Amino acid sequence: MEGKIAIIGDGDSITVFKAAGVATFAAENENKAKEILRKVAKEYKIIFLTEELARPLSTFLKRFDEEPYPVVLSIPSGNGSTGYGTECLKSAMERALGVDILFNN
Amino acid sequence: MARLNVNPTRMEMKKLKARLDTAVRGHKLLKDKSDEMVRRFSVIIKENKLLRDEVEKELAETLKQFSVARSVTPSYKAETAFAMPSVAVKADCSTQSIMGVDVPQLSVSADKRTEGLPYAYPEITSEADYSVERASALIPKLLRLAEVEKTVRMLADEIERNKRRVNALEYVMIPQLQETIKYIKSKLDENERAAVIRLMKVKNKT
Repeated sequence: MEGKIAIIGDGDSITVFKAAGVATFAAENENKAKEILRKVAKEYKIIFLTEELARPLSTFLKRFDEEPYPVVLSIPSGNGSTGYGTECLKSAMERALGVDILFNN
Repeated sequence: MARLNVNPTRMEMKKLKARLDTAVRGHKLLKDKSDEMVRRFSVIIKENKLLRDEVEKELAETLKQFSVARSVTPSYKAETAFAMPSVAVKADCSTQSIMGVDVPQLSVSADKRTEGLPYAYPEITSEADYSVERASALIPKLLRLAEVEKTVRMLADEIERNKRRVNALEYVMIPQLQETIKYIKSKLDENERAAVIRLMKVKNKT
């Protein structure tokens, strides 16, 4: 099975991926991103989303966790990492294990 | 613990005993499943952490480099250069099963990668070339991270659900069944004793 890759983010961070062959969708705020995500989720198997947009949509993104596809991954944008990815990791770990085995603080 | 609302009969007790048997066996199995899932989860989440740190660092560098590259070319030129990507990366998507959870498995389709950059060289500076190349090189890693992170999330959900099931069996279902069986047994014994006494009384009168 073959799947297409898409990236949703603000204009500057995603242009470089366009040249690398990833379908890009520009979204300046989270409502726009949500709209695009709804459309794109049917067609693309893998969707990268910048952290600035992923953070306000975290409850919306939960629904993608039920099925293997599409895979939505939050990536840091050009402004650097906001720590959202690590937070997600931490919450998953706490839910599953109840203890912190990675960060120890 | 509340007992179930059933008639205290031998038939009912037999049924309940069978249910208790199944519940105990199911509880044991689910507990084993939970243990194994937690073990796998802790391996995967460690990998996820390492991978994420690595990817975030590299991505930040790439984007920084690219923004430098963009700033030295006029924006309209950059727009036109990047407007038409000639290559399209695609990923091979399949699923694998980890403890009964279907998780995605991704890899870059090798044949789709063509050599060269999607724009003419004179249009843009060499820094942009480097950053585009780096971004392309980063894509397999991003896919791997996507796969691992999705796996972590799905597994975490499954572990949570499983834990709830184990607890429901251990603290609700099994005690309830045990209590009900005990209640039926005492009721039956009571009936038996009553019958014996009644017989004795009847015999004494004649």
